[in-house]
Amino acid sequence: MEAWLLVAQLATLVLVLAVIHRPLGDYLAWTFTSAKDFRVERGLYRVVGVDPDSEQSWGAYLRGVLAFSLIGVLFVYALQRLQAVLPYSLGFPAVPEGLSFNTAASFVANTNWQSYSPDVTLGYTVQIAGLAVQNFVSAGVGLAVAIALVRGFARRNTGTIGNFWVDLTRATLRILLPLAVVSAVVLIAGGVIQNFNGFTDVTTLTGGSATVPGGPVASQEAIKMLGNNGGGFYNTNSAHPFENPTPWTNLFEIVLMLAIPFSLPRTFGKMVGDTRQGYAILAAMGVLFVASLAALTAFEIGGAGTGPQLAGGAMEGKEQRFGIAASTLFATTSTITSTGAVNSMHDSFTSLGGMMTLFNMMLGEIAPGGIGAGLYGILIIAVITVFIAGLLVGRTPEYLGKKLGPREIKLASLYILATPTLVLVGTALSFAIPPIREDVESTSIWNPGLHGFTEVLYAFTSAANNNGSAFAGLTANTPWFNTALGLAMLFGRFIPIVLVLALAGSLAAQGKVPVTAGTLPTHRPQFVGLLVGVIVIVVALTYFPVLALGPLAEGLQ
Amino acid sequence: MSNLPSQIAAGLPGALRKLSPRLMWRNPVMFIVEVGAAFTTVLAIAQPFVGGSDSLAFTWAIAVWLWLTVLFANLAESVAEGRGKAQAATLRSTRTSTMAAKVVGYDPAGDPAALRASTQQVASADLTLGDTVVVVAGELIPGDGDIVDGIASIDESAITGESAPVVRESGGDRSAVTGGTRVLSDRVVVRITSKPGETFVDRMIRLVEGASRQKTPNEIALNILLASLSIVFLIVVLTLGPIAGYSDAAPSIAVMVALLVCLIPTTIGALLSAIGIAGMDRLVQHNVLAMSGRAVEAAGDVTTLLMDKTGTITYGNRRAAEFRTLDGVLAHELREAAALSSLSDPTPEGKSIVDLAATQGFERPASVDGEIVPFTAQTRMSGVDFADGRQIRKGAGSAVTAWAKETGTAGSTLFAELEESTDRIASLGGTPLVVAVREPGAPARLLGVVYLKDIVKEGMASRFAELRSMGIRTVMITGDNPLTAKAIAEEAGVDDYLAEATPEDKLALIRQEQEGGRLVAMTGDGTNDAPALAQADVGVAMNTGTSAAKEAGNMVDLDSDPTKLIDIVAIGKQLLITRGALTTFSIANDVAKYFAIIPAMFAAVFPGLGLLNIMGLHSPASAILSAVIFNALVIIALIPLALRGVKYRPMSASRILSRNILVYGLGGVIAPFIGIKIIDLVVSLIPGF
Amino acid sequence: MASTRGFARPYWVALRYMIVATVVLGIAYPVAVLGIGQLALPAQANGSIVTVDGEPAGSSLIGQSFTDADGEALPQWFQSRPSAAGYDASASVASNYGPENPDFIAEIEARKAAIAASDGVDPADIPVDALTTSGSGLDPHISPAYANEQVARVADARGIPVARVQTLVDSFTQGRDLGFFGEPTVNVLQLNVALSQLEG
Repeated sequence: MEAWLLVAQLATLVLVLAVIHRPLGDYLAWTFTSAKDFRVERGLYRVVGVDPDSEQSWGAYLRGVLAFSLIGVLFVYALQRLQAVLPYSLGFPAVPEGLSFNTAASFVANTNWQSYSPDVTLGYTVQIAGLAVQNFVSAGVGLAVAIALVRGFARRNTGTIGNFWVDLTRATLRILLPLAVVSAVVLIAGGVIQNFNGFTDVTTLTGGSATVPGGPVASQEAIKMLGNNGGGFYNTNSAHPFENPTPWTNLFEIVLMLAIPFSLPRTFGKMVGDTRQGYAILAAMGVLFVASLAALTAFEIGGAGTGPQLAGGAMEGKEQRFGIAASTLFATTSTITSTGAVNSMHDSFTSLGGMMTLFNMMLGEIAPGGIGAGLYGILIIAVITVFIAGLLVGRTPEYLGKKLGPREIKLASLYILATPTLVLVGTALSFAIPPIREDVESTSIWNPGLHGFTEVLYAFTSAANNNGSAFAGLTANTPWFNTALGLAMLFGRFIPIVLVLALAGSLAAQGKVPVTAGTLPTHRPQFVGLLVGVIVIVVALTYFPVLALGPLAEGLQ
Repeated sequence: MSNLPSQIAAGLPGALRKLSPRLMWRNPVMFIVEVGAAFTTVLAIAQPFVGGSDSLAFTWAIAVWLWLTVLFANLAESVAEGRGKAQAATLRSTRTSTMAAKVVGYDPAGDPAALRASTQQVASADLTLGDTVVVVAGELIPGDGDIVDGIASIDESAITGESAPVVRESGGDRSAVTGGTRVLSDRVVVRITSKPGETFVDRMIRLVEGASRQKTPNEIALNILLASLSIVFLIVVLTLGPIAGYSDAAPSIAVMVALLVCLIPTTIGALLSAIGIAGMDRLVQHNVLAMSGRAVEAAGDVTTLLMDKTGTITYGNRRAAEFRTLDGVLAHELREAAALSSLSDPTPEGKSIVDLAATQGFERPASVDGEIVPFTAQTRMSGVDFADGRQIRKGAGSAVTAWAKETGTAGSTLFAELEESTDRIASLGGTPLVVAVREPGAPARLLGVVYLKDIVKEGMASRFAELRSMGIRTVMITGDNPLTAKAIAEEAGVDDYLAEATPEDKLALIRQEQEGGRLVAMTGDGTNDAPALAQADVGVAMNTGTSAAKEAGNMVDLDSDPTKLIDIVAIGKQLLITRGALTTFSIANDVAKYFAIIPAMFAAVFPGLGLLNIMGLHSPASAILSAVIFNALVIIALIPLALRGVKYRPMSASRILSRNILVYGLGGVIAPFIGIKIIDLVVSLIPGF
Repeated sequence: MASTRGFARPYWVALRYMIVATVVLGIAYPVAVLGIGQLALPAQANGSIVTVDGEPAGSSLIGQSFTDADGEALPQWFQSRPSAAGYDASASVASNYGPENPDFIAEIEARKAAIAASDGVDPADIPVDALTTSGSGLDPHISPAYANEQVARVADARGIPVARVQTLVDSFTQGRDLGFFGEPTVNVLQLNVALSQLEG
């Protein structure tokens, strides 16, 4: 029964995405290739002091990204520290330093890891003027960097890859903002609230009292999903009925998470002048998505484990209105897109089910991954795949007419090195340094035994891959986790961006090798299969031991 | 070539020498293994005193097998180098110092043959660029150079292995001589074109010994990828201790070293340099010298092949295929006239005319009473003036027609008919030779046309089809007119042609192809080919060619066989495929190793992980040791493949990929499951495992 | 303007950009959505408030507990699912129990025993949603199975025929969206409000 529901829901999702990816993907391509600036954009460029017609080298582009992100961190940090004096703060005090840093890093890095419980920490001003703004612009940065890389493939013999400020502006104003407004209204229609009412106390039927919270939720929820941010307005995120009231809003939010990531391959294909290349990438993303979804759902329906067996099913941490299929669909979407929103508690999933959400993030957020970040992530793996496959056909490997030489491979190798290093070193340090281990085991870990280890592993995996979801039993608001996860998020976001932009610059400077019968075709099912194989093998080889020591050891009993 | 076991025995001392960390450092993957081996050895030595969780036999066994892993890797390289060394030894024997007669004050204008100039005996090693020497029959040529005067037959077997002597003469494209080759006849004056120690043979020795082998871009890129994979696995293993420590399941250091060595791509790391050396070696066995490994790899990337028509696509010489008479001329008249005028023509064309005539009934007279009129560039015809005043002329249509008109021949229909006939032959790719005869006192009489045909070598069309399937475009270069060129291009099956090509045209064509991102390969021998050879990504100079051509190209074909370009392309591809295949195999192997080692490491603490022991290995100790042994033995097992190269058959990239993924990817996943299981069955017989 | 050249230039641009972005995305955008929501969809935008006798009694989307002051379940009301948040909507929270957590197992055992005792059912027949906490701690729904399971107890406690209560439950049972999205549900607050009006 659940399996049938899943198939029906998945089929609906596929249908919706099949309909929208084409116009949306083409619109994205137009947005980033059109020479025309809107009047409001020209006004913006004048105000901030940018010449929209000047093209940037990859270095200049990168300096823009880093400067903007640093200013963003400082901005969000300052807003939290000043919360006590800001309007609409619901009486909450200033956020402590460590937590403020962690949250600022988190939202600027498009991660939206939340070491805090928003219900009891943040007023409306920090949420909308600090966090929601980053929800837009951090997504815009991801999109801009992806487009810069695509330009690297599309252009030839040039030193420039676009203008960061123009890309950011167009991503935000032409794509995210209009979609967010429409989506927010749709969500309100489904029951998501949008007010500044604060907490309202009511008298219940039993004569007791109950609280109805308020807040500008819909505007936040829309961009949280659309920008693959995932930071909940409320502590329980999209499980909260005011964030995600009905099964159909649940599907709508899933569509919002997938809309841009699954359209970007089309954009990519359009911009490099061969949509088949985009569809090959899309196919690899789709295969991984469906396989992962099937596995997670199977594990949850199976309901293995002492607790679920005793209760008669894996419903702990899941909402009745969603049940298992709508929860696993959401969980897969959220963890495989770098959104990190949850409509059910991953900490309470079955051991192997929880492992699947972990595995989704370990894939590197590429199937389809976060907005922009997913596309550049999978293109990096495609570069590695083409390199090995290119050798196998006896040619200096080339992808989309670009030779993959030592420089390109060095950048791609460092990229695939970065996140596993952050995840494994962060997790290991949590247990290697005695006072930290003491603190982690006594304060942070919630579930005893192997599951507790998985909570820590999940935290670093989520932070380094910029997902933001959690095995939320973990108490992360400690000096160690605020600092370590904050750094993991920043490094996990910006080291790859540096490498991607450098690669974009190096590709753009190359000419283009023409396609011949001796060229490895990168648009056929053969390549899709190879790409999926490389992704799975590289991830499995990197993380097999830690998974064995966490969810596998717990689940295989 | 000796067999592999004896090569391995010969390579052993070198392999041991290579254990020096200073040398190992250059191969990061194997350096990690060596450090691990040393570390485990220290652990094994210390274990009796400080204790440990593993049995002493286990720690020692791991240490020994890790050393063997390093040794096997070095052995692969030594064996590959050893093959080159044998060739180098042969070459070195040609380099033995000889005395040379150096001309003092050579005067090229006044005394080109240096008959009057005085000579002085110097050691060949002391000769330098620009010196001039005299070499006579029986002497060794003391250094690389160009013949500036004289002609000689030369035995080049020392470098080409070809025993038949070759003729070298001054001027033209056959003037280059190589140091160490022997003059068999005559006397030549040679200008030395190489510096001491940088002669062709010197370079050749360095190349085959691998001493001057520089890493190619692809090799560097692959090394980077392998190094970063090694770092990932290093981090995986280094972090495993504290992580497993949380569950009190931290494995022993020896086990973690074993895991690390099994995970890092040792198979390809061990064989990578052997593959490169063997690739160069294969070229040498084809009698091709590549000046750099980069050139070999570029050969695999070639997308455009420029081939000279003559000698490559067609046999060097045109042959007479048909006599076509004009209206009113009897067949035997034309046949006899053509044959008589060709009797003393030594060129292959001339001979082929006589041969053709003979098959049609022409009888060769004992002697011809007359005077030969040789072909000159001015007259563009040749012929014979008989003692009785009869004249026969044969040559280019315009030249013979002009001669006939001079003698008073008239008749526009006749000339029109002739022109039609020559055009038809040209359009078929042939060369028309017009034959005319003139009785004394009378105007010349046009007899007809000899159809000289370019004979396309057999099997060329199918080879070009193969190249096309590999994605390589072939362009025929010819001095012929476009009509002729087109016909031959069609017959040979090339993709394109460049007619009436000048050296400048060739260069322009290469540049144009390169601007479109294509990689161009070409062969050449003449001095005027040098710019194009230098411009081409792969320029193969013929050994018979000039020094200028050999300098400009990045490969030299000792056999001077232009069709070898196709083999060179295949060798380049094979080199890359072998690297890719072993990389894929190496990484795919890791899957099985995990299934051997992870349950062995942790099943004691987490019995559930015993489910992952799908191979049913005997015990944790035997499982880990078996994985390590497999990892070492697979290097030895793959040395022959690394040296021989993966089989390459020309087909589309897509099909090659499918095949190689199946063999080396899927095979790489499956093979170690079987291998480790078999080794485990053996290891389990050892007490204590 | 020397500082706007060279190294500092992108920071200066970024600062100005951030101010503009905050005004447009941080203020104008939510206020615009607020305007649309309050004008076009005020009921939803303000929390889908359920009123009893004109007084707000809660939100149909936010679950409530139907217990006495000591937290003991009142048998005359349909009970919501267990909640890690105690249905305190000012601080939503989940249990985050892992599948092998001994506390989790103990709580399930305890709930099983309590429900079996209060509702007089075989512990094996208790629906899974009655034994597990939701993700939000504010789940407004229970499964039809759990509602049906409570019918007898509620009817008994209220002294009304089981059939009337059952009819009420059936009318408040919602199918899946489009027939395959989510799970069938019964909204506990709405059911209990109807139940209270049934008597009145």
